[in-house]
Amino acid sequence: MPQSKPNKSSSLRSDMKTPATEMPSLVIVEALRRRSMLKAMLGGVGLLAWPHSPVLAQSKEKVFRIAMSLSDIPVTRGQADGGAAGSRFINRSIYDALLTWDLSRVDRPADLKPNLAVSWSVDAANQNIWTFKLRRGVKFHDGSLFTAHDVVWNFEKLKNPKAPQYDPLQVRNGANWLASMKSYRAVDDYTVEITTKTPTGTLLYALSNIFYSSPRQWEKLGRDWQKFAFKPSGTGPWKLVKLVPRNRAELVGNPDHWNKQQIPRHDRMILRPMSDANTRVAGLLSGQVDMVEALPPDAVPKVKSSGMQVSTNVYPHIWPYMISHMPDSPFKDIRIRKAANLAIDRDSLVKLLGGLAVPAKGSVTPDHPWFGKPTFDIRYDPDEARKLMAEAGYGPKNPVKVKFAITSAGSGQMQPLPMNEFLQENFRDIGIDVSLEVVDWEAIRSKRFAGAHGAINKGIHGINYSWSVQYPIFGLIGQTYHGKNRVRGYNWGNFSDPKADALAAKAVRSFDSDSLNQALGNLHSYLVDQAMWIWVVHDKNPHGLSSKVKGFKQAQSWFQDFTQVRIE
Amino acid sequence: MLWYSLRRIAYILPILFGVSVVCFSLVHLAPGDPMTAVMPEFASAELIAQIKQAYGFDKPLPVQYLYWLQAIVSGDLGTSTTQNRPVLDELIPAIWNTGQLAIFGMLISLAAGIGLGVLAAYTRRLVTDRTITAAAIVGVSVPHYWVGMVLVAVFAVQLGLLPAMGMANTGTGVFGLDDIRFMILPAVTLALIPTGIIARSVRATVLDVRRQEFVQTLQANGLHPRRVFMHVVKNAAPSVLAIMGIQIAHLIGGSILVETVFGWPGTGYLLNTAIATRDLPLLQGTILVLAVFFVLMNFLVDLAQPFLDPRIKRQ
Repeated sequence: MPQSKPNKSSSLRSDMKTPATEMPSLVIVEALRRRSMLKAMLGGVGLLAWPHSPVLAQSKEKVFRIAMSLSDIPVTRGQADGGAAGSRFINRSIYDALLTWDLSRVDRPADLKPNLAVSWSVDAANQNIWTFKLRRGVKFHDGSLFTAHDVVWNFEKLKNPKAPQYDPLQVRNGANWLASMKSYRAVDDYTVEITTKTPTGTLLYALSNIFYSSPRQWEKLGRDWQKFAFKPSGTGPWKLVKLVPRNRAELVGNPDHWNKQQIPRHDRMILRPMSDANTRVAGLLSGQVDMVEALPPDAVPKVKSSGMQVSTNVYPHIWPYMISHMPDSPFKDIRIRKAANLAIDRDSLVKLLGGLAVPAKGSVTPDHPWFGKPTFDIRYDPDEARKLMAEAGYGPKNPVKVKFAITSAGSGQMQPLPMNEFLQENFRDIGIDVSLEVVDWEAIRSKRFAGAHGAINKGIHGINYSWSVQYPIFGLIGQTYHGKNRVRGYNWGNFSDPKADALAAKAVRSFDSDSLNQALGNLHSYLVDQAMWIWVVHDKNPHGLSSKVKGFKQAQSWFQDFTQVRIE
Repeated sequence: MLWYSLRRIAYILPILFGVSVVCFSLVHLAPGDPMTAVMPEFASAELIAQIKQAYGFDKPLPVQYLYWLQAIVSGDLGTSTTQNRPVLDELIPAIWNTGQLAIFGMLISLAAGIGLGVLAAYTRRLVTDRTITAAAIVGVSVPHYWVGMVLVAVFAVQLGLLPAMGMANTGTGVFGLDDIRFMILPAVTLALIPTGIIARSVRATVLDVRRQEFVQTLQANGLHPRRVFMHVVKNAAPSVLAIMGIQIAHLIGGSILVETVFGWPGTGYLLNTAIATRDLPLLQGTILVLAVFFVLMNFLVDLAQPFLDPRIKRQ
């Protein structure tokens, strides 16, 4: 049988299936070897077809292909959309931030570390003023030097509607991180001064989400952000070389990256948007991709039995019910809130999820520096729960009726339908009769933004909305904002408590890591003791990896370090 | 013929207007605030007002509709709110991608549907007929995305014969064998329903024509069966053409489920993305273009029918 000729036009088709380089006759031999008549017959069909392109097997290029759970390639201009996923795959690949997450350890939650900024300080006399010293010698992909003026230019991009580089699309995706910032200036080429509106110790977390686009590249492309999206220039470890919307982004390693440890260990990374979990799994099993995120629990045995890897780790994720604290809500009564937390058989739920979750004892896991020392031990104790319900005047024969809004799918929502049905039974056992209103992801986002007091949430006593606890404001502090201070999206249930307010204010004014951790621990303890939410489980963020993928260490973070991945 | 064509054009104008109204208003009926998708998380009231104004969402719906219609008439379908790219730039490659799939699917469904339909009609009440009829019913009834998943599981995962998802060589403009390989599974999946419908319609029409007196007369006059067959086909063609027109329009309209299952970046996938992200301009523009295409396809079928059957012109 003659060898098929390499197809020159497919030299970039590195995401095709490698085993397909086998000749059709070998497919039949292999099928017969496995004594599968069906496979043998269908292998015969392969004779009538044609072999997969052999180019890939001959190529020495090491390609890492990732199937994302997003439905499109996130915005590539500097501030990506798609939440943490956009940042994970695009921002952190093409760009750098002043600070970044240390993703080198798998045994502890990731923390911030210097990146484009080498050091920073807060003015002792005026805690609103921060000074950042920048790393020297950092270059954009276009070859120009990164300086303090570029930091200011990028802040203007997000903060100043009169600046020529102001980009509403990036404003939408990133401006909220700069909400506490009042002004900024370049003191010299490598020093930036930032003034906040009020003393804000959490500024560093916000700055880890601001990424720096090259002003020179933007000028070169005629000041056109549309063109920039296809030829972006950042300082990150990868350069974007091909962008096909809704299909793929191809990135090649940046050999000139300032951090030699962060130069990718593979030549090319291909990002494929695949919102459907079954499609991602099929892509992995058929060898078209090397890594899939959000692996569904029922696919885990098949992935493992196919000789592939399943990587998991806890991360700052919580799957809760955000409950209403409005005057007409049954959850205004702390006994019912505590009873609901004690009603959940989390171990059985974790089994239902194939072990891909961890029972929750609060918004973060007990080994997290923000966990603190809550006195309310969240556990499965239906007797205690029924006792609390009886004190509140309810029981299985006299249940309190509540309604929760849930989704059928969505970012971080895990397996919402079976999970909610399971929990519905748990709640019924202690005297909470839960009815579920299923809406889609965007609809529940609208409900979250509106708050429990919003018209669209009339009759709703809780929303099942997975949450990130990676950032202090987003995860914990914002949950205490209420009344006129409530920010759109925070504190859905309008939880209002003066002691929580004081603890949150103290956390915001904590400027060093230890005191911030301690303040957040105190706040978290108090929120758990008040049973502010119903905490259920933490996701273990399952990734499926082909056997060729080596060197992937799954950090306890919403972000991952893909630079260390080798393809062997 | 001119009068007939003008009359058809006059019919489609109000339909197109109705389509535009439905396209614009339907997306506003979906639960959830369309502004949520375009707002930053935790935006201040000031910023919300600014962005509403920038996207024109601060105006009453009828006013928004008029602005939208005005822009559409001038060829501007608006700008995607999630990617800030012109909707037309998003749509054109998606239509091209779906078009490739649709042509391939159409060839499969026409060849299989017509062939099987004629065969069933000529083997009426025999095993072949019953088998084809049963298969056609199954083809129409089984959820095609499920069939797609089964095909992927067998041909891509188990046997590794064909790719599980995606397109080959996107963006190069070169159409090669690899492109076809990537197309086989989604095209076969997509062709299932049209094949079943066409096969059943062809069978019924051919049977109907064969029962007519002129066919019996031709047979009684000793005409060669092949010549009789050609007469049958010619008389059956107008009804079959009408069915095929609708099915082809369906195929080109894309299938959200099939394109999502196969990660095929066509119009169905685009619609799925637009729905998931509440990208109103993209959603409205895509639905409008597909709906207009559907109307025009039917219009073309209407125009083609008199050529096959001049009696239609006189009706």
